[in-house]
Amino acid sequence: MSRTPRLPSALLRAAACTGLAALTLTACGSGSGTDTAGSGSGSVKVGLITKTDTNPFFVKMKEGAEKAAKADGVQLMTAAGKFDGDNAGQVTAIENMVAAGVKGILITPSDSKAIVPAIEKAKAKGVLVIALDTPTEPESAVDALFATDNLKAGELIGEYAKAAMKGKTAKIATLDLAPGVSVGVQRHNGFLKGFGIDDKDPSVVCSQDTGGDQAKGQTAMENCLQKEPGINVVYTINEPAALGAYTALKAKGREKDVLIVSVDGGCTGTQAVKDGKIAATSQQYPLKMAAEGVKAVVTYAKDGKKASGYTDTGVTLITDKAQDGVTSKDTAYGLENCWG
Amino acid sequence: MTATSTPPSTSSPYAELKAPTTARRLLTAPTTGPLVALLLACVFFSFSTDQFFTGGNFSLIVQQVMVVGTLAIGQTLIILTAGIDLSCGAVMAFGSIMIAKMAAEGSLPPLVAIALGIAVCGGFGLLNGLLVQKIPLPPFIVTLGMLNVAFALTHIYSEEQTVTNLPGPLTALGQTFPLGNTDITYGSLVTIALFLLLAYALSSTGWGRHVYALGNSQEAARLNGIRTSRLTIGVYTVAGLLYGIAALLLISRTGVGDPQAGQTDNLDSITAVVLGGTSLFGGRGSVLGTFIGVLIVGVFRNGLQLMGVASIYQTLITGVLVILAVTVDQISRKKAR
Repeated sequence: MSRTPRLPSALLRAAACTGLAALTLTACGSGSGTDTAGSGSGSVKVGLITKTDTNPFFVKMKEGAEKAAKADGVQLMTAAGKFDGDNAGQVTAIENMVAAGVKGILITPSDSKAIVPAIEKAKAKGVLVIALDTPTEPESAVDALFATDNLKAGELIGEYAKAAMKGKTAKIATLDLAPGVSVGVQRHNGFLKGFGIDDKDPSVVCSQDTGGDQAKGQTAMENCLQKEPGINVVYTINEPAALGAYTALKAKGREKDVLIVSVDGGCTGTQAVKDGKIAATSQQYPLKMAAEGVKAVVTYAKDGKKASGYTDTGVTLITDKAQDGVTSKDTAYGLENCWG
Repeated sequence: MTATSTPPSTSSPYAELKAPTTARRLLTAPTTGPLVALLLACVFFSFSTDQFFTGGNFSLIVQQVMVVGTLAIGQTLIILTAGIDLSCGAVMAFGSIMIAKMAAEGSLPPLVAIALGIAVCGGFGLLNGLLVQKIPLPPFIVTLGMLNVAFALTHIYSEEQTVTNLPGPLTALGQTFPLGNTDITYGSLVTIALFLLLAYALSSTGWGRHVYALGNSQEAARLNGIRTSRLTIGVYTVAGLLYGIAALLLISRTGVGDPQAGQTDNLDSITAVVLGGTSLFGGRGSVLGTFIGVLIVGVFRNGLQLMGVASIYQTLITGVLVILAVTVDQISRKKAR
């Protein structure tokens, strides 16, 4: 995954300057006094605030926003929390962006509820706020939401798993995200719905939280296998968790006869589908979320029209072992459109 | 803070001749370096972006550092005794969830909930102090354990749910009042008042001098008749109470009780203390230095954001500054000898 962000020259100079700041700032201050705004202080500014800036999903999102910003001639400012769940960091970023005079803010809320007061303050100052990927609670706290339909993403792999099991007795493990996080809950519920069962169904033999982390996914799977060695279907919140589960299954020599399904469509994950480690995944499109978001802010800046409501940015089932009655695309398509 | 203000007389060679002790003291004072760095950073950002040098923006920066700043006061006290506290952010998070939940969902009046929350944080501090002093255990280990305990309790007690719809008194400190054409947050004033109060206590009371003596050498302090055991436990307890106040400030700032809060605040507070020129070996430093330290972090974060620099570079620069600060501390220590 290419995670090296481009360095605008003004930024390099800033970094160099601040490094020198303790010694000789006068030279720096006068040197860079004129070229700060870069693309001119008159241009429209758009803010993008992600949960973290190390997760490839958000890196791709930033890439989409950068491309769109360049195409529309607007200035993009970015910020991120220090860790997934860092609400205070996102609040600070919103405040600083409003102070910088942004026209609109695109945000993937780390805490759907806790971020709301800060968003309301920004909106009161006339800033258009759009949630990307993760809705706020209540959803109406933002002007608009551009996101994957996570319930549908779950449903697709649920339907796929049901078709692939063809009436065999399923023993299901679910490797979830974390309690109370809407994305995880929706995917989990979608999967069960697609499979035609609910949480109380006896075929769900093990459910563990993984935080979407590969190492934790592996631990969770190991524990699930300890609890119920006969597990033959594994639902995972994302592909890192799925790969963790695969490692645990392989250690037990079970990787061939267990069906792993997942959500995300990252390039590593899609490759894992091609390699047969993951049976199927629901691919989502972060680049599109950000690009549409930037466009919405540009429209707002031009003619004051605010985007509103929910826009589904789409989801596609990717697998090389298509099942009858379940629409899917192969990994060639998946790898062309993957992120990360 | 203006670009034109010249630093004190240290630049004049005559001043040095006439009053070498004053000049030397100024040069080696642990807060001089951080203060100069802060002023230079302000000058730099003022030239770099139009939005930086405004009353509203300075008010915003203080508001953004008030939570970590208040934690860092407690952290400074502990570090001055040659200890360290890794649990401060987690204790604060527990305090804030307690206050929020008791007031929003329990039947307790808000002010009682606030008092209880602050007292519980003080209790965590007391427990830290007792473990450090009575068993005794290294502060690093005690507070590392307490970090996990407080973190887990926060998540168990909150049931992973963010607490919303808080009663008014909980967020009162987040409200603002106009000063000229700038809105000042009440919480900022609380933080500044706490800094001044503790600065006075450290510099002008017997208790303060004992804290420094304890940090320089616990054995020497004890032989000089200082009740080091009581003093240590007292310092950790005061720090805990400060974390409780930080918990209230956190609630007032974000308007919610958030179980995920404070996860990096322990290291952030240590960063502020170090940037402010306080020595991690104890006995040397000041809370005013820490105030400058948190402002440095806040000014860089805000200034770089206004310039449109990605947040990861803020982290990079903070790292560089910390190393610079410790280097300056070491060099000036050698010179002072």
